Amino acid sequence: MFPLGIEPYLIGGIIIGIGVSIVYLTTGLHATQSSFFTTTLSWFSKRIHFQKERNIKERNWRVVLATGLIIGALIHTLTLSPTGFWTTSVQLWRLVLGGLLVGFGTRLSRGCTSGHGISGLASRSKTSLYAVLVFMGVAIVTANIVQLLGISP
Amino acid sequence: MNKKNIMVLLGGILFGFGLAYSEMTKQEIVLSFLQLKDLGLIFVLGGAAAVTFITINIIAKYLKAPLLGGDFKPRLLPMSRNVIIGAVIFGIGWGLSGQCPGSAVASLGTGNLPVILGIAAMFIGAYLWGFLDSRNRSE
Repeated sequence: MFPLGIEPYLIGGIIIGIGVSIVYLTTGLHATQSSFFTTTLSWFSKRIHFQKERNIKERNWRVVLATGLIIGALIHTLTLSPTGFWTTSVQLWRLVLGGLLVGFGTRLSRGCTSGHGISGLASRSKTSLYAVLVFMGVAIVTANIVQLLGISP
Repeated sequence: MNKKNIMVLLGGILFGFGLAYSEMTKQEIVLSFLQLKDLGLIFVLGGAAAVTFITINIIAKYLKAPLLGGDFKPRLLPMSRNVIIGAVIFGIGWGLSGQCPGSAVASLGTGNLPVILGIAAMFIGAYLWGFLDSRNRSE
């Protein structure tokens, strides 16, 4: 069940929670990720979905948040990481097709693992609880089907 | 950079550090959770949600307002068909690729360059929904 132990997972999760908490307690903002795609696209598309006032208002800090995620992972890679720089061997078509579905699905659902999973559950949102149960269940079924089809990595 | 963005950057750095520390930046590890071989992801999500739960429901109530001004608003969204259909589509993409938005972006900091293609695809996916939604709204 836990070939790598639970320590890296639990401590990592707590660090993530502290990061989200610092943002919330100082600014009142929810540090969630999938909106970043929509708000960033507001610089490039005139369509009304992207030009909503909220997207324009949020687009700067969401770029800052995404930059923070990259810097944080880079700091870990250069310091505590046992493996250092690392590249996935998951096939590119899976990254691309999966990415398309992740981008479309998270925006349709208005949340992802961080929006529904962390901030939504922590806000005691029933909507987010149902969303998490659905995307986690579907992802488990999908990953097992992919494995059964012999697709690896 | 204003004070608000400095705090967002600081929080984001911790968020990204935690994602890398918990191995969520590795698509293979996420997939091994989804294949039920290594259930550690539950502790990542659970640990992050538990800390944030205390923050939103206890510390924020005590503080009354964010330190840099504004209001505390828990993240509550109305239930709709789209929330569930979107979650199904997201689940298929997550199960196929092991990528979710936060972990994919953070993964760039570990030198995981192929994920650039995954993130580009996420932008295209988000654009497609925005395109359809814009058309629905203007009709």
